[in-house]
Amino acid sequence: MINTLTDKKTSNYYYYLLAGLFLFSISILDVVLYSFFKINLTNFLPDILSLFLPLIIGFVGLHLIRIEYSGIKSIDLINKNINTNNFNAFLTLLIIFAIVKATPPSLSWMIFDANISGDSKEACTGTGACWTYVKVWFRRFMYGMYPNDLHWRINTAFILVIGLGFFGFFLKDNLKKYLALYYVIIYPIIAFLVIYYLISGGSFGLVWVETGAWGGLSLTFIVSFFCLIFCFPLGMILALGRRSNLPMIRYISVGYIEFWRGVPLITVLFMSSVMFPMFLPEDFFMDKLVRVIIAITLFEGAYCAEAIRGGLQSLPRGQYDAAKSLGMGYWKMHIFVILPQALKLVIPGICNTFLALVKDTPLIFVVGLAEIAGMLALAKTNPKWLGFAMEGYIFAAIIFWIICYAMSKYSYNLENKYKTER
Amino acid sequence: MNNKIKRYIPQILTLLFVIGVIGFFTLNAQVNMDNRGIDFGFGFLKQESSFDVQFSLIEYSGSHSYARAYLVGLLNTLLVSFISIIFCTILGVIIGVSRLSSNFLIRNSAAWYVEFFRNIPLLLQIFFWYYAALRALPLPEKAAPWFGVTYMTIKGYYIPSFIWNNLDIFLYSILAVIICILFISTYAKKLRETSGKQIPLFFISIGLLIVLPALSFLIGGVSLDFEIPVLKKLSQTSYTYEGGIGLPPELIALVLALSLYTSTFVAECVRAGIQGVSKGQKEAAASVGLTPNQILKLVIMPQALRIIIPPTTNQYLNLTKNSSLAAAIAYPDLVLVFAGTALMQTGKAIEIVSITMLTYLSISLAIAALMNWYNKKIEIKEK
Repeated sequence: MINTLTDKKTSNYYYYLLAGLFLFSISILDVVLYSFFKINLTNFLPDILSLFLPLIIGFVGLHLIRIEYSGIKSIDLINKNINTNNFNAFLTLLIIFAIVKATPPSLSWMIFDANISGDSKEACTGTGACWTYVKVWFRRFMYGMYPNDLHWRINTAFILVIGLGFFGFFLKDNLKKYLALYYVIIYPIIAFLVIYYLISGGSFGLVWVETGAWGGLSLTFIVSFFCLIFCFPLGMILALGRRSNLPMIRYISVGYIEFWRGVPLITVLFMSSVMFPMFLPEDFFMDKLVRVIIAITLFEGAYCAEAIRGGLQSLPRGQYDAAKSLGMGYWKMHIFVILPQALKLVIPGICNTFLALVKDTPLIFVVGLAEIAGMLALAKTNPKWLGFAMEGYIFAAIIFWIICYAMSKYSYNLENKYKTER
Repeated sequence: MNNKIKRYIPQILTLLFVIGVIGFFTLNAQVNMDNRGIDFGFGFLKQESSFDVQFSLIEYSGSHSYARAYLVGLLNTLLVSFISIIFCTILGVIIGVSRLSSNFLIRNSAAWYVEFFRNIPLLLQIFFWYYAALRALPLPEKAAPWFGVTYMTIKGYYIPSFIWNNLDIFLYSILAVIICILFISTYAKKLRETSGKQIPLFFISIGLLIVLPALSFLIGGVSLDFEIPVLKKLSQTSYTYEGGIGLPPELIALVLALSLYTSTFVAECVRAGIQGVSKGQKEAAASVGLTPNQILKLVIMPQALRIIIPPTTNQYLNLTKNSSLAAAIAYPDLVLVFAGTALMQTGKAIEIVSITMLTYLSISLAIAALMNWYNKKIEIKEK
C-alpha cells in the first residue's frame, strides 16, 4: 500500500498532486483556524495527536506533491523553493506554523488590544501594549530634558546641518575640486557652530541651555555626528602613520590603534568621567559631554584608521610609483593622488564604522548622560508610569532598527557601486 | 646626509610630541593628586574591600582584599563570555548555514534574523531582556518546573548541581580517552598513508568516550549525585529555592543578548567562509569519487574554516569586550565590581581604570597573537 502511494512513476501523477495539495492546505488551514479563531478542527482526537496532526498531514501532502516536473507553475515553484526533500519539507512546515502561530498574539498585543488614547496610565485598560506611555513620553525620548518650548532649536539645527551636508551635491562643476576640502574642514566647523549656537544658545538672544538638559535621541545624533567628523581626520593621520616607513611614527600609530581597539568602550567612558579630569590643569573645567565626545573620538579614531588603511592598501602600487616618478613628495603624492582615490574606496568602511558608533552611543548612559537609553530608564522608574518597560524598549528598538538598517543597506549599496566602478 | 635628516626630523618631532602630551598629563595628575591628598600606588589591592558581591564563582566576602574582588569580577566576565561564546557559535553556525539553504523560507528567515538582531544596539537588547522579558517570569512559588527539576523564576534560573565522589578518577579517565584517541588517530593516519586501509576512527573514538568513563563509574568508585533545588519559605510572602545552582537573571539576560547579537556576526562569517570555497573544489572532489560526506569533511570544511576562523575569533573578542555592558544591569563583572564599586570606595581612579583597561587589553592582545600564529600556520603556502 505504502509503495503504491509513494511510487510516483505512474502516469496518473495528477491524483497525487491533488491529494497532496489537499492535505497540505488542510494542515495549513487547521493551524490558521486554530491560532486566529480558536477553532479546533481536530478536537475529537486525543490532545497529543491533535497537536502533531497538522505537521503529519502537511508532511505527507508535501511528500505527495514532490515531483520533478508537473507543468503547473505554482507547484513547480513550491517544489523548487520549499520542498526539495523530506528534511526541507519538515523545516518548511515548522517555519510556516511558527509564523502563523506567532502572528495573532503579537498583532493583538501591538495593535488590536493596545491603547494609544488618553494621557495617563489609567487610559491603558486593554491587555495589549500601552502606547499612551510612549506618546506621553515621546518628546522626552526625543529631546531629553531640553525645555519643551525650545525644541524648535534642535529641529532647526538638525535640518540646517543635514541641509549643509547635501550642499556639496549642488556645487557647480568648477567648484567640485574643493568638495573634499569642504567636507573635511569647512563643513565640520560650520556644523559645530550651528549646533553650538542654536542648541546651546547663550547669544543672539537665545536662552542658554546647559548640556545636562540635552538628551534623548537628539543627543545620540549629536554625539555620533561630532565623533564621526572628529574621528575622521584623526583616523586619516593614524592610517598614514601606520603605513609610514619611518619606524618611530609607525610604532606610535600601531600602539595607539591597538590600544584603543583592545579596550571596551565602557572603560573608555569611565576613563573620560573619572580619570580624565585628573589629567587636566587644576582650574580647567571641561563639560562632561565634551569629555565623552573626546573619549569616543579617540576610541573610534582607531577603528576609523583601520578602515582607511584598508582603502590605502587596496590601491595598486603603480599609483605610488607613478606619483613618485613625477617627482611628487610624500604630502603632494598623498593629497593629490593617493587619498582622493583611497577615500572613495573607504566610504563603505567609514559607513560601517559610523553604524557601529551609532549603536555604541547609547552606552554614554552609564556615565550619566540621558540619551535615549537613559530617558527610558528614567521613564521606566517614574512612579506614575511603572510597568511599561516593554513598550519603551520596543519603541527605541524600532527607531534604532530603522536607522541602522537604512544605513547598513546604504553602505552595502555603496560597496557594490564602487566595486563595479573599478 | 640630507636624506638622513629628512628621515629623522619627523620621527623626533612625533616622539617629542607624544612625550610632551604624556608629560603634561602626568604633571597635571601629580598636581591634582597632591591638591586632593591622594597618593598614587597599588597598595590598596591588599586592603580589606568590605563590600559584598552577589554572584561569584570563588569564595568571597567583604573581608577579602580588593585583589580578590578583582579576581571575582574577572572570573564573572570570563564566565559570561565563555557561555555566550558557546551559544553564539552554535546559533551562528546554524543561521549561517541556513542562509545558504536552498529552501526559500529558511534562507529568508535566517536573513531576517540577522538583519533584526544586528541592527538593534546591544545595550537596548540587554535592557529588553533584563527589564522587560525576564520580569514577566513567575515568582518562585508559582514557577512550574522545566524538565522536572529546573525552575525558571523572576529571581533566576535554578538548576540541580552535581555532587561528585572521586571526581579525580573520572577526570583521569577522560584524560586517558584523549590520549588514546590521539594515539589511534596517528596510527590510523600512518596506516592510511602506508597501506591505504581505513579504520572507523570516529566510531572507535565515540566508543572509547563512552566505555572508559563508564568503567570509572563501575570500577573506579566514581558516583554522581544531584542536588535538586527545593522551594523554601523565607517569610510570609517571599520564597526562594535552596540547593542546586541559581543563575541570576542578570547572567541570563546578558547571555541571551550577547549570544543573539554576536551570533548574527558569526553567521555572516560562516556564510562568507562557505561561499568563499569555490564551486570547482566541490565538483573536482566529486569527480575524483569522494562521497558527499568526504567532500564536506576533507575538501570544503578545511578551506572554509581557514576563512571562517580569523573573523570569528575577532567576534569572540568583541563579545568579551561587549560583556562589559554587564555593568549597566548590575551583573558583577570586572567593570562593575572593580571600576565601579571598588573605585567608588577607594577613589583610586587612575590605578583602577588603568588596571581594568590593561586587563581587557591583555586579553585582546593575547588572542590577537594566538590568531596571528594560527594564520601563519594555516596559510596556503604558494610559490
